[in-house]
Amino acid sequence: MTRGTIRIWFLIHKWTSLICTAFLLMLCLTGLPLIFHDEIEALAGHDPGARMIGQGSSGEGPGLLPLDAILARALAARPGEVPLFMAFDNDRPLITVTTGPSPDAPNDRMTLHLLDRSTGLPVGEAGGGVIDWLLRLHTDMFLGLPGMLFLGLMGLLFVVAIVSGTVLYAPFMRKLAFGTLRTRRSARLKWLDYHNLLGIVALAWTAVVGLTGMINALATPIMGLWQQTELAEMTRAYDRRGALPPSRYASLDKAMAAARAAKPGANPQFIAFPGGQYSSKHHYAVFLQGGTPLTQRLLTPALIDAETGVLTDIRPLPWYMQALLISQPLHFGDYGALPLKLLWALLDLFTIVILGSGVYLWLGRRRATIEAHVREVETGGTIVAAAE
Amino acid sequence: MSVRPRRPGSQPLRRIFAAPLLLALLSLIGLVSALTGDGARDAVSWIALAAPIAAVGWAMLTRRS
Repeated sequence: MTRGTIRIWFLIHKWTSLICTAFLLMLCLTGLPLIFHDEIEALAGHDPGARMIGQGSSGEGPGLLPLDAILARALAARPGEVPLFMAFDNDRPLITVTTGPSPDAPNDRMTLHLLDRSTGLPVGEAGGGVIDWLLRLHTDMFLGLPGMLFLGLMGLLFVVAIVSGTVLYAPFMRKLAFGTLRTRRSARLKWLDYHNLLGIVALAWTAVVGLTGMINALATPIMGLWQQTELAEMTRAYDRRGALPPSRYASLDKAMAAARAAKPGANPQFIAFPGGQYSSKHHYAVFLQGGTPLTQRLLTPALIDAETGVLTDIRPLPWYMQALLISQPLHFGDYGALPLKLLWALLDLFTIVILGSGVYLWLGRRRATIEAHVREVETGGTIVAAAE
Repeated sequence: MSVRPRRPGSQPLRRIFAAPLLLALLSLIGLVSALTGDGARDAVSWIALAAPIAAVGWAMLTRRS
């Protein structure tokens, strides 16, 4: 690699890192407790379903109450409101109904109702507390869509920093064995070696978490694309009809039976009611999940005419929506039980050390010329460190 | 494949990136394995994703100078 090439990659690495580091540190620090959100919510008593046992609410069976009965319970608690979502659980009889003042109510006007589908009784309050606060900070810094897109851009810079760092690893390690840690010569050399080692071993993990974070940050435009293309096509025949008033909604159980008939063996993950982002103004959108662990995350929406309870269309989600769905677990690391979460936490700590050592290396030699930095990379840290 | 001239004493790219590539491959196996199922696939995922962390532990124990 020539000096000119090293110089270009060094400058790319320096500037992409410097711009995103403060935000990446915030993301690593808020992400750390988010890995353990299930455990923390259970400890804090914010997970009322934690001790529930019995059949999963997404199934069918004599032990489970009809969906219409569950919906009536939730609506009785908020008279005058309309249903927005109904979400299911595969392991517990827990069912979550979201209601709001109108079909297009914004998030902060929505009310969550947690009910036990085997008894129909409410099981306490959902969410809230410090985990929700951390998640907002991590997702959009309380700035809504612009905040999300901005953090997505920081994710892109982070990915470019990872790529440029990997390119610089080659000339730096030219004469060094993998794993070299020269800890006694100078603090700079020690942190340079740690920065390189941690950066290269965590490469695949940081790249995956960075890329999936970027995809998650684009959730709103990705959803919008699906709505305007595929969803619009699926419900084209209804374009000229007005919004269906909630008083004319057909039985939810009938709609669910139609959805199940269209994709035998599949259970629902959630239902989106008419008028929201996930459906048309005239349909129940029943999002069906596959039966295997792999297909469980890949959803197929069945659109059911909410007035008649008859199927209009069913199509698997397009690739970009599937990518969004797969990106969520891959970003948060909450899919492989506690050992995976612990590994995720350690790799998150590695990333904090990579970011911190990067800032330290920059602060220590801010006034050095670019040529001195290129020489430092080229010689595996020996020349500049020796000059100190 | 042609062999590019290199300065004396420096290693070929192949050697520089051998361990990093192996660790990246193991990490990816670890990330995907737990997505595709529970039980044994979870265990494969834990072992594979522990590799990059173990590599740092190994370096700190044996490569520190």
